[in-house]
Amino acid sequence: MAMKPVVPSASALRWFAVVVAPTALALGFLWAGGWVSPHRLTQRRVLASLGAVDWARPGFRRNHAKGVCVTGSFEGNGNASPLSAASVFRRGQRTPVTGRFALAGGSPFQADAPSKVRSMALRFMLPDGQEWRTGMNDIPVFPVRTPQEFNDLQLASQPDPATGKPDPTRANAFRAAHPWLKTAAGQIAHRPLSSGFADDTYRSLDSFMFVAENGTKTAVRWAMVPVQGVAPAAGYVEDPNYLFRRLTDDIQSRALRWRLVVTVAGSRDVIDDASQGWAEDDRQIDAGTLTVTTVGSEEGGPCTGITFDPLILPQGIAPSGDPVLSARSAVYMRSFAARSGEKPAAPAVSPVSGAASGDAEGKQS
Amino acid sequence: MSCEKSFSLPSRVLHWLMAVIILAMLFIGVFLASTVGPDYNWLLTLHRSLGIAVLVLALVRLANRFCFPPPPLPDELPPIIKTGARASHILLYALMIAMPLVGWGMLSAGGYPVPLWGQSVLLPSILPHDPALWAWLRSAHTLLAFLLFGLVLLHIGAALFHGLIRRDGVLQSMTWQAGHDRK
Repeated sequence: MAMKPVVPSASALRWFAVVVAPTALALGFLWAGGWVSPHRLTQRRVLASLGAVDWARPGFRRNHAKGVCVTGSFEGNGNASPLSAASVFRRGQRTPVTGRFALAGGSPFQADAPSKVRSMALRFMLPDGQEWRTGMNDIPVFPVRTPQEFNDLQLASQPDPATGKPDPTRANAFRAAHPWLKTAAGQIAHRPLSSGFADDTYRSLDSFMFVAENGTKTAVRWAMVPVQGVAPAAGYVEDPNYLFRRLTDDIQSRALRWRLVVTVAGSRDVIDDASQGWAEDDRQIDAGTLTVTTVGSEEGGPCTGITFDPLILPQGIAPSGDPVLSARSAVYMRSFAARSGEKPAAPAVSPVSGAASGDAEGKQS
Repeated sequence: MSCEKSFSLPSRVLHWLMAVIILAMLFIGVFLASTVGPDYNWLLTLHRSLGIAVLVLALVRLANRFCFPPPPLPDELPPIIKTGARASHILLYALMIAMPLVGWGMLSAGGYPVPLWGQSVLLPSILPHDPALWAWLRSAHTLLAFLLFGLVLLHIGAALFHGLIRRDGVLQSMTWQAGHDRK
């Protein structure tokens, strides 16, 4: 066998061919990761925009940062079973639930106020390891239609460093550039406000598909409607944690209940746009009852080390084409990874389940 | 014709199948880690399923490697290159097995269910629910992906160097023109 040098002489064209393939792959990789497209909206940019409205506190959720954990169960009544094969809807099926009540916004220490957006997030733990997670808000529609609009709205809402308040010219510019969101903004601004977490209605906002045993798909939205009586919001309250204290007192004195009301899309409803409400006369199904029995601190609580990713769905529920769903799922995962690697301060509201703690006891009785 | 100088047919099939899947996985993975677009969900579903496929195929391939050992590198290659080639292949195998396990483990630690192929299979958790461990493994998944991608580029560059510059039959031993002797 003739001995060959380790690097024999070869034409420039051959060397070019050796180098070009790995280089092309490397460039493609950078493109796929968004590093060569600075204008592409990424998970990091959405989190940075949220952080521009209210800076991120280490260890806490990047939005809906102030919250408490709850537990309870959901009992299906069979009414939704013809539309969805999910076991959670079966008549008499009792599914354990872990949840979280929270206020929208990036600060875990913000003061409670009647008009701040309240949320209820739930994790239904179905048999055989399946899960259904849903994050719901007490607004009638979502303020935007797409992830890009969400990002632009955050940037338009960021406080002016000089005044500490949102710059009205930015907000007006956003409104002028998005006339199709005017109706949603009006509906959100003029929504009726209930007195607290316990008597509030929480809506999925995004649409989903119920999948029946035979594979038939039905577009739906859902809401948790309180069984306990609804009172209108009172005026200014001095206690910065009054909403959470009342919720804690309510749950510790009696179980709170909500009916899961499923709305079936009518022929004129827009399915994949959460900023548009559906017709008033759509068919509604009372699918079962949520019972919340315990409340506790987020610190080490059962709702803290998970994310209420709206695309964690059981058999029988599937995503719709709503573009906000994918964005929520993706950004929640990145936020969850970021906060889980950080050391949080103690949360503002730390009720002790089963007994009123020093903090939760407070001024109210 | 000398079969012992090229890779066996099962080795070649496994190599090229995994080459396509792993490259796709790396691109999908880095896209998933940044996008907020509408393709996120179906690509994540695919990523989980293909990841487990890589794990299974890598184990099959390891067993296959013991049944059909790879042909030796040309004698005249200097020992340092032979050692480098050997080390990079060990690392490639290690990463083909570690990446899916880290991915599966991080989802377990993060409290995520791990469904495959839609909802048809639900994998069990392989680690306890621990958010700090989830955050750590999520970073490790990224770092190992960059390491794997770098190794893949090196591997492709080296293969093309053998095929186009040295023309010593090393590249051919893994292509369909096998049976061609290494010179």
